[in-house]
Amino acid sequence: MTMEETQLKRSSAQTHTPKPSRPPMAAHLAPTKAKAASSPKHQFRLAPQQLIQIHDLMVKSRVLEERLIRMYKQSDGYFWIGGPGEEAFNIPLGLSVKKGQGPQFDYLHLHYRSSGILLAMGAEPISFIRQMKNVASDPYSGGRNFANHASIKAWNVLPITSTIETQYQTAIGTGIAQMREGGQGLTIVNGGDAGTAEGDFASCLVWSTRPNEELPILIIVTNNEWGISTPANTQHGESHIADRARAFNIKSRTINGNDVEESFFAIREAMDYIRKERKPYMIEARVSRLYGHSSASGANLVTNESDPLTLFEDQLESAGILSKQEMADLREKYNTEMLEMAKRVKEEPLPDASTIYDHVYAGQKGKYW
Amino acid sequence: MANMAQAIRMALHYGEENLGLKEIFGEDVGPPLGGVFTVTQGLKTTWNSPLDERGIIGAAMGLGAAGRRCVAEVQFCDYIYNTIDLLKLAGMQSWASNGDWNMPMTVMTPVGSGIRGSIYHSHSFDATMTHIPGWKIVMPSNPLDAYGLMLACLKDPNPTMYLKPKALLRIRGQEKIPGEPDLTPEGEKQLKEMIDAPLGDRSKWKARWPQLEDYTVEIGKAAKVREGEHLTIVSYGRTLPLAVQAADQVAAEGISVEVIDMRTLWPYDWQMISESIRKTRRVIYVNEDTEVTNFGEHLVRRTVEELFYDLEARPKLLAGAFIPGIGLADTLEMASAPQLNHIVDAIREVAAERA
Repeated sequence: MTMEETQLKRSSAQTHTPKPSRPPMAAHLAPTKAKAASSPKHQFRLAPQQLIQIHDLMVKSRVLEERLIRMYKQSDGYFWIGGPGEEAFNIPLGLSVKKGQGPQFDYLHLHYRSSGILLAMGAEPISFIRQMKNVASDPYSGGRNFANHASIKAWNVLPITSTIETQYQTAIGTGIAQMREGGQGLTIVNGGDAGTAEGDFASCLVWSTRPNEELPILIIVTNNEWGISTPANTQHGESHIADRARAFNIKSRTINGNDVEESFFAIREAMDYIRKERKPYMIEARVSRLYGHSSASGANLVTNESDPLTLFEDQLESAGILSKQEMADLREKYNTEMLEMAKRVKEEPLPDASTIYDHVYAGQKGKYW
Repeated sequence: MANMAQAIRMALHYGEENLGLKEIFGEDVGPPLGGVFTVTQGLKTTWNSPLDERGIIGAAMGLGAAGRRCVAEVQFCDYIYNTIDLLKLAGMQSWASNGDWNMPMTVMTPVGSGIRGSIYHSHSFDATMTHIPGWKIVMPSNPLDAYGLMLACLKDPNPTMYLKPKALLRIRGQEKIPGEPDLTPEGEKQLKEMIDAPLGDRSKWKARWPQLEDYTVEIGKAAKVREGEHLTIVSYGRTLPLAVQAADQVAAEGISVEVIDMRTLWPYDWQMISESIRKTRRVIYVNEDTEVTNFGEHLVRRTVEELFYDLEARPKLLAGAFIPGIGLADTLEMASAPQLNHIVDAIREVAAERA
C-alpha cells in the first residue's frame, strides 16, 4: 500500500466513525503555533513545484481577501465577504477543475468564499477588486453585486448568489445535463455548514441519487462551525455533516480542509470517482474562518483559529522547499501588486445610471417596457 | 377541435421534434399518468421527479444554464410559492451577471379557480409572478394560443412562465392548430384516439402524433377578440371567455364592448390596450387573482397616469376577493372570483357612468 493509499484509507475511515457528540472546538480549528522548528522534517507527497504553485496561489488569495477587507475599511466598497481560511482546500480544488464551457467541462455552483478556487483556475485578482469597488468594469456583475460574487460563463461558473444553499438546487440541473450527455464533466457545488439546514441541501442528496439516474456531483460542505454568529454545535446534532450522505449511499468523507495535501488527495479521489462512476460524492472539509462572517461582523482577524497558510508555510520551511524570507517576499510582491490594482480601480468610473435596465432579458439593452 | 390540454401536449411534442426540447419533468408528469391534467401524456422526454418543488425549479435552472431545453411543471401553482426565491434567482441571472449568463427554461403550472379545487388547488399566481422581473409570463385562454404561446416559450432564451388556466384545459377551440385533424366531431374523436392515453394499462400505448406545424404567438402581443365602441375589457386566462360572453350579453342592451386578451402578461401589449382605451374611453380590467396588489392595479395605475384625460369614466378592476383562499362550497367559490354576472354588472356600471 502506498503512502497515498494509506492516507486515503485513514481519512476515509474517519467518516465511518461517528463521534458521540460534537466537541466544543474541532481539533483543526485550535490555534497552532509554529511547530516546524522543533518538528522533524515535513514529508510531502506532492512534488516541490506543485507545492510552490499551491503556496503561491494561497498567498495570492489571502492577500486579495485582505486587500478587499482594507478596501471596505477605507470606504472603497460597501460590503466584504470572502474566504480567508479556506485556501488549503480551495486552491487544490481550483487546480483540479476541468475548466471550460458546456457539459463536457465542470460546472461550478459556488458560494461567496470561493476566491481561492477561481484564482487557482486563472481568474485575475483585479476582477475581484473591481467588483469590490462596484465599478463599470466589474466583469462579474457590472457593479451590481457584492464582492466575491463572481460569474464566469466561459468557465461554467454560475453567478454566485447571496442566497444560502440555492446553489445545491441549481447543481441538480447541470448534473442532469451531464448525466444525459456523458463524458467526463462533473458538477461542483460548495457551501457552508450552516446552510445544510436548508431543505435545498436535502434536495441535492435526493435528486443526485435517484435510482439509475445518479448525478455526477461533487457535493462540498466547508465546515467552519459557524453560521454568522451562531455556533454549529448549538443547532446541529449530527456528528458529521458527511454522515447525511450515508443515508443516500453517497460516498463521503470528512477531511481536514486546513491541510493542503489531505485536501488535494481527497478532492482528486472524489473527482476520479465521479468522473468514472458518474455518481455523487460528498466532502465535508473542516476549515477556518479567519476574518469572521463578513464586514457586517467587523472583518477583523480571528486569532483563535488555525491559519492554514501559516501551517502550510511551516511545512514548506520544514521540508526545505521555501524559506521564510522567500515566502515573505512573495506576500510583499502580491501586497504591492494588489495595492496598485486597488489604486487604479479607484479611478475607474462607476456604471452609468442609464444601464439599470440592461440585461434584464438576454441581450437586451436599455428600458424594455 | 383540440382542447387546451391536447394543444399544450401537441406543442410539447412539436418542441421535442423541432425545437430541441429535451426534458419535460415534474411530479407525475411522466408515464403512466402524464400529468394530473393529462397535458404530458405520450411525450418521449417526460419523467417523474421527486415531490420537491424547489428541486424542480432548481433542476430547471441548472438545465437552462447548461443549455438543455426543458419544461418543468409544478403540479398546482398553490405549491410554487415555496420556490419564490429560486424564481427570483432565475429571473435575475442575466441581469446579475451583467449579461454573462442567460437561462432558457420554461415552467408551467395550472392556476386559478373553476374546478372546485378548494383552498389548495384554486390559487392564482399572476399577481405574484408579474412581480418578479426577468421572466416572460404567458397565459392562454384558448387551445390555439396555448399551442402558439408554448412554442414561443420554447424558442425564448429567457426563463418563461406558462400559466395554465385549469378551468379551460378541457375547453375545445374554434380555430385549428396547424396539423391537427379537422374541426369536426370525427376529427375530435380521431385526435383523441391518436394522442389521449387509454384508461387502464398504458404500458404498451404510444401516441400517434399528427403532422404538426410551427405556429408561434409572439410574446408581448395581445389579441383583440371583440371589436367594440363603448368600453374596453382587458382580461386573460379563465375570465377571458367570460368577458366575451358578457360582451355578447350586453350587446343586446346597446353596449358595444371591445375585449382584449392579453395572452402575455410580461412583457405586455400596452400599445393595443392604450389605443383601445383612447377609442372607447372606458376600461375594465378583469382577472381572478386577489384584488390587493393585483397585476390589474398596475394596469389601472398606468391608465390613470398616461390616459387620464382620455377617460370618460373611472377605470375599474374586477378581481378576486382578497381572502386567503377559495372555499369549496359552490356559493363560496362563485363569490370569491369574478363570474359572468360580475362582469356583466361591471360593464353596466362603467358604461352608465356619466362623463
